[in-house]
Amino acid sequence: MIELVTSILNITLRAGTSLIYATVGETFTERSGILNLGLEGIMLTGAVSAFATAYYTKSLVAGIVVALFIGASLAVIHAFLSITMRANQVVSGLSITLFGTGMASFLGQRLGPESNGYYLVGLVGPRFRPFTVKWLGTLPVLGALFNQDFLTYMVYILVPCAWFYLYKTRDGLSLRAVGENPYTADAMGINVLKVRYLATVIGGMLVSLGGAHLSLSYTPGWAENITGGRGWIVIALVIFAMWNPARAVLGAILFGGINAVQFRLQAAGATIPAAYLNMLPYLATVVVLVVVTWWEALSKKVGAPASLCKPYVREEK
Amino acid sequence: MECGMHLVFEKRESRSRLAAVLVPVASFFASLLLAAILLLITKAPPFFTYAAMFRGAFGTWANLSETLVKAIPLMLTGLGVSIAFRMEFWNIGAEGQLCLGGVAAAWVALFWAGGLPHWMVLPAALCIGALAGALWAGIPAALNAYLNVNETLTTLMLNYVAVLFSEHLYYGPWRDPKGYGFPGTAPLPETAWLLRLTGRLHLGIVFAFVLAGILWFGFSRSRWGFETSIIGKNRTVARFLGIDIPRTILFSLFLSGAISGLAGACEVTGISRRLQQGLSIGYGYTAIIVSWLAQLNPIAVLFVAVLIAALSVGGDQVQMSMGLPAAVGLLLQGLILLPMLAGALFTEYRFRLIHENALSKLRAAAGKEPSK
Repeated sequence: MIELVTSILNITLRAGTSLIYATVGETFTERSGILNLGLEGIMLTGAVSAFATAYYTKSLVAGIVVALFIGASLAVIHAFLSITMRANQVVSGLSITLFGTGMASFLGQRLGPESNGYYLVGLVGPRFRPFTVKWLGTLPVLGALFNQDFLTYMVYILVPCAWFYLYKTRDGLSLRAVGENPYTADAMGINVLKVRYLATVIGGMLVSLGGAHLSLSYTPGWAENITGGRGWIVIALVIFAMWNPARAVLGAILFGGINAVQFRLQAAGATIPAAYLNMLPYLATVVVLVVVTWWEALSKKVGAPASLCKPYVREEK
Repeated sequence: MECGMHLVFEKRESRSRLAAVLVPVASFFASLLLAAILLLITKAPPFFTYAAMFRGAFGTWANLSETLVKAIPLMLTGLGVSIAFRMEFWNIGAEGQLCLGGVAAAWVALFWAGGLPHWMVLPAALCIGALAGALWAGIPAALNAYLNVNETLTTLMLNYVAVLFSEHLYYGPWRDPKGYGFPGTAPLPETAWLLRLTGRLHLGIVFAFVLAGILWFGFSRSRWGFETSIIGKNRTVARFLGIDIPRTILFSLFLSGAISGLAGACEVTGISRRLQQGLSIGYGYTAIIVSWLAQLNPIAVLFVAVLIAALSVGGDQVQMSMGLPAAVGLLLQGLILLPMLAGALFTEYRFRLIHENALSKLRAAAGKEPSK
């Protein structure tokens, strides 16, 4: 029994890692008032570029660096369109997703070696392997936390840092202020555009890193649609976590856990239709969204940035 | 540089007509140019690729008809989302609405066909399909209209529920026992087949043209069209004008979902003639590109849908003729909106370089600091 729980927890975390990176990233972006619906595209492009780079250079670090760069570049496009050009953020984000999906698919069929018909599919490249932390890795259930790969261990550092930054530092306060009311933030002397650009770019980098975790560790290699809609799940997770990076972990574990449990159920030959189990997170998100909105209507602050999705037009001084 | 000149954005009083046509056209060519760079980087000849794509999409009657076949669901879902977008209601749930429309049509055709008069099976399948789409869009519409719940996210979430549900049906309870393990339902009875005009080109194209005409009239000539555009521009003003906002949103979203549902019903009864993999392949998302490029004009939606469909059919053809990835089409579809979005600023704003003195005079003339 303990073994089963440990194994489920282990898979849950592995499955949840990419979600956590992306959720923390998107939380940052949304906290500054920018909604980035381009996650699915950024994750896919991050995954394909990380894998292709790692495959040719035999270096995981290079793969990560390229993924970060690609994530930042796509996020800059979104930032430019939605902040500078004041384009509609929903449409801009969606076009980033469409563009990213198309580009990832194109690169996946074009960047491979000639011997493989220029395809990346089916190639084996370097990957992050799980390793066990001494002492901690042998603990009964919690040992599952310490039999992970490098990127998952980094999550243990990222999440507290992100939380601390957002709630306990001056810069974090500025970031949240910009998302709440950019006019007041501007009056306080905060450079609204700069904060929003930075939050969007850093968010994009983390999202892309989430994609890289998929192709370099979770399901090593490149496969068409490797994300399986994770980018969209993350949009849901951010709401589920009520825009708090610490709670994002709970959400990611819930989603990852559903994956893991399903894995087990199928292995055990259970007849519960997987579809209903898979629907749960999406339905749960709708319910959470309704509850959050209702609370907000009763003027209880739960976290939705008040200026989310609203372009900032600075008045002439 | 401190030269005393200021760049000023001025909101145009009415959107520039010239820019409204020029910007999408320019964006299309800009996206071709951007994609050409990517093609060059990956050592593919851009010009030959585009020529092959064009031939692949329009070169022969068979290819043209295939392009039109792919355009039909884009026309219908494009029209559907345009209704919602007019009100700035971000219905990105066309994919789910289309999917459920297909499921409902298959349900009627598979399980009711025996009990209905022959002539009624197809109309019933199409109507129930549209109804399913309408109800599915009605959920986020009601949540938004009465509880102010963000519609972007609810419509998106419901897509996944709808797609998972349809997969569950054709992998599970509805799976054809004689299908050799192939996931999909049994073929629909012939009474539920949508008439094909030529090749695979089905009657759906007529529905799209008729609906586009009706919507064009509705948008520009009816009270409803006026009300939806006011709601989109400013909900507060709409309230002052005495517009029943929740009712208008609900009605419009029913219509929006119904058209997307009809798209799914047409796909199932006109193309696959069974419920199977391939119904939900992103038409609902591509519809957003279509309606945005068409600037929510129903007649323009028809043409833009053909153009976007040509990109994907052309992409498939390029794969066959040149061995290049079919994803070229996807890449172009994704690229086309980016310059368009940047360009939209030009349709809504005017740029002027103004000398500092002139600026202060302008301010003085305006009386006070502009208010928020």
